[in-house]
Amino acid sequence: MAIFEHMGIFAVTVEMVIMWLISLTLLYLAISKKYEPLLLLPIGFGILLANLPLTQLMQPDEGLIWRFYHYGIEWEVIPPLIFLGLGALTDFGPLLSQPRLIFLGAAAQAGVYVTFFTATSFGFTLEEAATIGIIGGADGPTTIFLAAKLAPHLLGACAVAAYSYMALVPIIQPPIMRLLTTENERRIKMKKGRKIGAREKLFFPIVASIVIILLVPASAPLISMFMLGNLFRESKVVERLTDAAQNALMNIVTIFLGLSVGATMNAENFLRTEVIFIFFLGLFAFMIGTATGVILAKIMNLFTSNKINPLVGGAGVSAVPMAARVVQRMGAEADKKNHLLMFAMGPNIAGVIGTVIAAGIFLTLLK
Amino acid sequence: MAQEVQAALSGNIWKVLVEVGDTVEEDDEVFVVEALKMEIAIYAPCDGTVSEIRVKKGDAVEEDDVLAVIE
Repeated sequence: MAIFEHMGIFAVTVEMVIMWLISLTLLYLAISKKYEPLLLLPIGFGILLANLPLTQLMQPDEGLIWRFYHYGIEWEVIPPLIFLGLGALTDFGPLLSQPRLIFLGAAAQAGVYVTFFTATSFGFTLEEAATIGIIGGADGPTTIFLAAKLAPHLLGACAVAAYSYMALVPIIQPPIMRLLTTENERRIKMKKGRKIGAREKLFFPIVASIVIILLVPASAPLISMFMLGNLFRESKVVERLTDAAQNALMNIVTIFLGLSVGATMNAENFLRTEVIFIFFLGLFAFMIGTATGVILAKIMNLFTSNKINPLVGGAGVSAVPMAARVVQRMGAEADKKNHLLMFAMGPNIAGVIGTVIAAGIFLTLLK
Repeated sequence: MAQEVQAALSGNIWKVLVEVGDTVEEDDEVFVVEALKMEIAIYAPCDGTVSEIRVKKGDAVEEDDVLAVIE
């Protein structure tokens, strides 16, 4: 009879079945709708595994996926490696050619801070509120990085929220951007910035590392890897490393990241009313960030004759390049010859750095 | 008078929609450039005949590169 006691089928609970349905929904969205499939597919499967009873997969010191989680995420290995790849994929040219657009990337972080204060008023602890606020940056690895340090019990929910909102950028952002701009503003054609030479691009990651890490040392794990990846790219002498960081390494760590994030979402952690608040507050953060970017662009236009198309402000959130694509699409809707894509990449990349700095500030203050 | 069709942004040529000798009207789609996984149409700057095409499918182009000439 002992064999029956060891069969999982008799240990299944209603909560687990609900989690299976959530897992299947994410798998469906990833596979059929192609919503961030590279992440939501392993996350969805991880959720399923975490909610099959008696597996010990997440048992500390024993379970297979626990080891992925512990050494990959708790040890802060995987999010920085993802940033290494992102750095190798990033062209800082658009940001350097219009440095004033950096302010738009900074403005969009307002969503993070507004939500931080809102979440504390809902009764979340400061650590939890910071983790929820950072969802507003719509940056997966940064959210996971911060959650692992401040509020590991919310990691799964926050990561899924961040990745879902990244996938939903084309649905969430346009109505806000349309509401805050006039047809004429959306038609604004921006003047090209200056051309950026190879030497300038080469020096940027070095200078930016020094400046940002001196100002916010707690952001170092992510910023250092981001800039190193970019230095690989711009040095043009280590193409093999650039390629490995962009492709093979990034793909490998994505598997472990997705699977272990999903596996943190057992029924006990996830089926709580708090999680619903997390999804709403995260969405709120993301919407505020979009709006503040657009509004700052409009304010900047009051003081300059070289007008900024305020749509570009919507790209200040760090969902690269989804937010920039939305800007391009909306600009072309107003005037089919208006190409805002590269202008939008400036604040978009600044937004990534801004979200990392915001996470670093939270870590400094709360840890 | 000849007018140049320029790349509005840097990316890869995804589609070449005209051939030398084709007649085009202003605002006709003549190229599709792919940048950041987006397909972006490039339009003819004027009416005329395509006299020269300087790129082919798959070429990487920089902003302002001349893609074709229309007379």
